Amino acid sequence: MANQNILVKEKFNWPVTILLLLGLFTVLFPLYMTVIIAFKQPSEMTNDVIGLLSFPKSWSFDNFREAMRVTDFWRSLFNSFLITAITMIFSIIIHSLMGYAVARNMNRSKFYRFSYFYIVSGMFVPFAILMMPLVKQTAQLHIDNMFGVIILYVVFYMPMNVLLYAGYLKNIPIALEEAAHVDGASTWTTYWKIIFPLMWPMHATVAVLTALGTWNDVMTPLVIMSGSGVNTLPLAQLNFQTQFGTNYNLAFASYLLALLPMLIFYLIAQKQIINGVINGAVK
Amino acid sequence: MKSQNERKRTFLLIAIPILLLFFAFNTVPLIRGFIYSFTNFRGYGSFDWVGLRNYVDLFTDTRVGNSYWFTFKLALVATILINILSLIMALALNSKIRFKSFLRGMYFIPNILGALVVGYIFSYIFTYILPAITHAASMLASRTWAWLAIVIVCAWQSIAMNTLIYISGLQTVPEDVYEAAALDGATGWNRFRYITFPLIMPFFTINMVLCMKNNLMVFDQIMALTKGGPAQSTESISYLIYNNGMNGGQFGFQSANAVIFFIVIVVISILQLRFLNKKEEQL
Repeated sequence: MANQNILVKEKFNWPVTILLLLGLFTVLFPLYMTVIIAFKQPSEMTNDVIGLLSFPKSWSFDNFREAMRVTDFWRSLFNSFLITAITMIFSIIIHSLMGYAVARNMNRSKFYRFSYFYIVSGMFVPFAILMMPLVKQTAQLHIDNMFGVIILYVVFYMPMNVLLYAGYLKNIPIALEEAAHVDGASTWTTYWKIIFPLMWPMHATVAVLTALGTWNDVMTPLVIMSGSGVNTLPLAQLNFQTQFGTNYNLAFASYLLALLPMLIFYLIAQKQIINGVINGAVK
Repeated sequence: MKSQNERKRTFLLIAIPILLLFFAFNTVPLIRGFIYSFTNFRGYGSFDWVGLRNYVDLFTDTRVGNSYWFTFKLALVATILINILSLIMALALNSKIRFKSFLRGMYFIPNILGALVVGYIFSYIFTYILPAITHAASMLASRTWAWLAIVIVCAWQSIAMNTLIYISGLQTVPEDVYEAAALDGATGWNRFRYITFPLIMPFFTINMVLCMKNNLMVFDQIMALTKGGPAQSTESISYLIYNNGMNGGQFGFQSANAVIFFIVIVVISILQLRFLNKKEEQL
């Protein structure tokens, strides 16, 4: 440990550090601009760069109040939250169970091997080909609502998540279950008592990947719930675009509101999110 | 014996309902899409079978042809650009820099933000900020340059993710490999070309395949930035299928388009994997 400290103190690569700090401009500029414009009044928006990017005269929250009213912010936020949370919970339960069934039987049973490849190959199916038939199908089943969107997400994320869970379970020795079996526990109980808790790192990865995908998704709710008047956070931005008109200050206040929940969440759980994404991509 | 049966039954009770769910909302719509592609269905009312006419028409339809040209141009340029920049970023963020975790955290922000809202923010930059600086017309209004604006927005978000994957790749390279290389006099570009890059080749494969697939399915950015314009010069395949299939009365015709699109994605992904795997083995 002490040795490491000496090494770190030895030399930092300052030129690269400075270049990277300067490069942050590309990430921060769009966010800075969003905040600045969201606080300004339309009368402060002149046509030159300085006028567009200077600080507002006063930091008033009027734009945000108006944007919340126009886009029905709290309801959209609630819908987004509900869809994401339920999808996440169902994904963890259903996909881990399927991963378990597949991983424990793949080597001796053709049926499970086939099931595995059948589900995982779903990764190559683009939403574009499912989109139009699904609109018909969800309408016929009367699930052209949030419930339907959640079911679709659980199905769409199944290939990736089953792949992740099955891969992870290969490293959990079967001997653990056999010991529990000898003690008379059923497979079902063994799963929930022993295997499910052992998979926490994978649950975290699945939760992060599924949540990031569903929270920001536009296309599925757009085609499935169109005309129902129910909005998710991104969908509200799309649907109220015309109402903002040329009032960019109102529009940007609304964009900022839409970005904030995820930014705050990222601030709190940055490490878990980054680890989750790495785990998912590399496995 | 009894417990073996219990185990088998439990696994079947888990797998069968989940397989049915997947079949109902992934395979059924896929088959229905395939069937619709042989009809002149407009999305409502009655329809007739038209055999392969949709497929024949696809190859002569200039709008479809343009959308394929645009989508491939965008995906190819964006994928190359993203991977070059991500590699550079990963090398920089993995070197001995100050504020390492802060910088890594900051550079990942674009990836957690919703593509639609990011698109709206960039739309403003392209329409007002950039022209105010350069005194040129907006890129988004130009038939020649609008596609490049979309490449930039796609890159801004994807670089974050791909950089992260490359960083985790670089961390798998043990330090003593570099030390050995240094003894042989390999530094700078040579070290990267002959040591680092071959060792992170699997991560390059993942990034190329994922990136290409995501870029081929581009939708949100088009929706936010150009809605396919100007003069249909930025209509991606997904956008065209959505727009004309859902609202343009071309349900059957666009289903045929979606079937071809599906085949194209599968073929490209397989080709990429085979080509890149071959390279991996050689090294």
